Amino acid sequence: MKRRLLPALPTLTILAMLGPVAAGLYWKILPAFGHFPAAGAYGPNLDAFRAIFAWPGFSEAAWLSIRTGLIATSISLMIVVLLTAGWSGTRAFRVLERALSPLLSVPHAAAAFGLAFLIAPSGWIARLISPWLTGWEQPLDLLIIRDPLCITLALGLIIKEVPFLLLMTIAALSQSDAHRKMAVAQALGYGRITGWVKVVFPSVYAQIRLPVYVVLAYAMTVVDVALILGPTTPPPLSVQIVNWMSDPDLMLRLQGASAALIQLILVIAALGFWRMVEALAARLGRIWIQKGTRGQNDTIIRNAALVLGVTTASAVFLGILILTLWSFAGFWSFPNATPDAFTLRNWQRHGPGVSDAVWETAIIALTAAVIALVLTIGCLEAEHRYHLKMGKGGVWLLYLPLLIPQVAFLPGLQTLFINMGAAMGRGPVILAHLIFVLPYVYLSLADPFRAWDARMGTIATALRATPDGVLWRVRLPMLLRPILTALAVGIAVSVGQYLPTLLIGGGRVTTLTTEALAIASGGDRRAIGVYGLMQTFAALVPFTLAILIPALIWRNRRGLRHG
Amino acid sequence: MDNGLTLRNVTIAKDAKPLLAVDYHINPGEVLTVMGPSGVGKSTLLSYITGTLAPDFTAQGQVILNGRDISASPSHIRRVGILFQDDLLFPHLSVGANLAFGLLPGGSQTARNEKIAQALDEVDLAGFAERDPATLSGGQKARVALMRMLLSEPEALLLDEPFSRLDAALRAQIRDMVFARAKARALPVLMVTHDAEDATAAGGGILTLR
Repeated sequence: MKRRLLPALPTLTILAMLGPVAAGLYWKILPAFGHFPAAGAYGPNLDAFRAIFAWPGFSEAAWLSIRTGLIATSISLMIVVLLTAGWSGTRAFRVLERALSPLLSVPHAAAAFGLAFLIAPSGWIARLISPWLTGWEQPLDLLIIRDPLCITLALGLIIKEVPFLLLMTIAALSQSDAHRKMAVAQALGYGRITGWVKVVFPSVYAQIRLPVYVVLAYAMTVVDVALILGPTTPPPLSVQIVNWMSDPDLMLRLQGASAALIQLILVIAALGFWRMVEALAARLGRIWIQKGTRGQNDTIIRNAALVLGVTTASAVFLGILILTLWSFAGFWSFPNATPDAFTLRNWQRHGPGVSDAVWETAIIALTAAVIALVLTIGCLEAEHRYHLKMGKGGVWLLYLPLLIPQVAFLPGLQTLFINMGAAMGRGPVILAHLIFVLPYVYLSLADPFRAWDARMGTIATALRATPDGVLWRVRLPMLLRPILTALAVGIAVSVGQYLPTLLIGGGRVTTLTTEALAIASGGDRRAIGVYGLMQTFAALVPFTLAILIPALIWRNRRGLRHG
Repeated sequence: MDNGLTLRNVTIAKDAKPLLAVDYHINPGEVLTVMGPSGVGKSTLLSYITGTLAPDFTAQGQVILNGRDISASPSHIRRVGILFQDDLLFPHLSVGANLAFGLLPGGSQTARNEKIAQALDEVDLAGFAERDPATLSGGQKARVALMRMLLSEPEALLLDEPFSRLDAALRAQIRDMVFARAKARALPVLMVTHDAEDATAAGGGILTLR
C-alpha cells in the first residue's frame, strides 16, 4: 500500500459507501417534486404527492410497511433476549449458536421460499400431517402465503433476523462483563431470565441498538421477501414503489419517487417511535428493577424461549430441505409427504440458466467483496498506523447505508447513472452492491483486526520489518481466518441483493437472486427449488471455504487454531 | 562520540502530567536495570526508545544509539531490539522461519539456513527449525525469541520483564543466557523488572522510578 494512499483510504471508503446514497437521495428529490425533464415534466409541483394520496391503497400500503417492521423487529428481539437470558453459557446455547451462524448467510429470498413451501396450505407441514391427522385430501383453500395481515411476511423476516440479532448479542456479551454480573445477580437470588434482563441487558442493548435499527428499517422496506410472502392488493409500500419505478409510463416514476420520499419519512418516524419506546421501557425497567422481584416464571419463559429459538432455526433448515426436495421432484401429489418420483429433469432444464446466473453472481459478489475487503483493511491499518480513532459518529456512518431504505435512494442512483450515460451493467451493479457489502465486511473484520496483539508489531519492527512488512508478513497471515470470514460475509451479502441488481442493472444483469424472484411469480415450485437452492449454496460455500482454507493452511500451527 | 545507548534528558508526560524523567548513559555490554512500582511508566520508557509510544503520551529528550540520534527515526530503522515477558513468536511461522524473519536479508538460501541452524545449535535446539512454535516449552520459546532478536543484529537490547513468566529454575538459566549473549555482542541493555534478583544478576546500574 502506497504511503500517500493509505491515510486517504478512510475518506475514500466513506465516499464509496455514502456518496451513492447521498447522490441517490438527491436525484430522487427532483422527480418527487415533479421535475423530470426526461419524461417532459418540469416542476416543482406537488402533483405526484397528490396522486399518491389519491391512490386508494396508500394508507393500507404504508400501514403494512410500519406494522411488518415493528412486529418483525420486536418479536425477533424478544426471542433473542429471552434465549440469551435463559440459556447463554449452556451447552444448548452453544449448539443453537453453531446452528444459527450459517443461517445468517442464507439469502432472505431463499429462506422465504423455504418458509412458503413449508407452511402453505399445500406445503410440507400440511402434507406431513395429512390425511392421517387432518383428513385433508385436498389442500385447504386458505390464504396463508401473501396473507393481507402480513403475518407470513413478518415470520419470513423473523426467521432471518433472529440469527442476525443473536450473533450481534453474543458479540456484545463479551464486552458486557455478563458472566460476573450474572454470578452476582444469582447469588442475590435472582432467576436466570429476570436477573439477566435486569443486570446484563441494559449494557447489551446499548451495543446492539444500531443492529436493531437496521432490522427495523430493513423489515419495513424489504422488497424481495415481500414479493414472495407479502400481500398484493395492496402490497407493502416498498413493493408498490418498485412497481411504479419499473412502469413504462414515465409519469408513474414521478409517483414512485414521491412515494420513496414518503417511505424514507416513515422509516425515520418509526425509528423515532422505537427510540421513544426505548426511553419508556428504560424508565419502567428502572422501576421494575427497584421492586426487587426475583422472577417466578423464569423456568416457563426459559423453556418457551428455547422452543421459539429451535423453531426459528428449524424453519430455515427445513425450508432448505424442502427446496432440495422440490428441485429433484417429479410428480408429487397431495398429500404425499415425499415426491412420488425423483428426477434430474428440473436441473437439466434449468442447468444453462442456472450456470449463467451462477457466473454473474460469482463475478459480482467476488469483485464487490474483494474491493470492500481491501478498503476495510486499508481503513483499519490507517487507523492503527496514524492513530485515527473512529468515534461514535464513525460507527453511525457505517450503519447509515443500512438504515436508509434501499428503495429510497436506489431509483435516484439509477437516474444518475442513466444521466451520466453509464451503461447499465455489471460495473454499476458492483458499485451499488459495494454500498451494502462494505459495512458488513468492516463490522466483521474490525474487532479481530483491532484485537491483534500490537506487541507482535513492535517485535517485528524491532526485527527491522517495515510497516508494510509487518502488515503483509505478520498481521494479515495471522488474521487469515477472520479475513476470509469477512470476505465470505461480503459475498453472502452481495449474493442476497435483489433491488440493487434489478434497478441498477436495468434488467440486463441476471443473478441467482433476480432470476429466482423472476420465476417466483410463475409459482413453478421445481424451478424455485433449483434457484433457491443454488442461491443458498452461493452464500454458504464461501463460508465453508473460510473455515476449511485456514484449517488446511495452518494445520501444523496450533497457535492459530482457535481465533 | 561515545558508543552505547544514551538517554539525554528524556521526560515523558501523559495528558500533560509529567510521568518520568531519565538522563543516563549505558555503555556497551552494560545492563541498566529500571525498577519501580507498576504504573510508573517503565514500559512507556521502552516504547519511547523503540518509537512505538502511544498517542496519549508526549515525550521530550534524545535517544542516542552509538552516536546516532534516533529520537525521531521510524521504529524499523532504529536497530533497537526488544524482548517481552511473552515470547511473541509468530504463530504462523515455523521456528526456523521465525529466525529467518529476524535474520538480516542477504546471502544464499544455503548460507541463511546454515546461520539459522547455528543459532538453534547455540541454544541447544538443533533440529527444531521445522517445529511449530506452539509445540515448544516455555524455556525453548524464550530461547528462540532471544536468538531471533540477536539475528537481526540490534545495537541495543531492551528487556520488558522478560523472565517473569518463567519458573524459578528456568529463570536463572535464561537470564544468564541473555546477559551472556548481550555481553558477547557488546550490547547496551536496558532491563525493566520487578524482581530484585534480576537486578542483582544484571550487575549494572539500578535506576528506580517513583
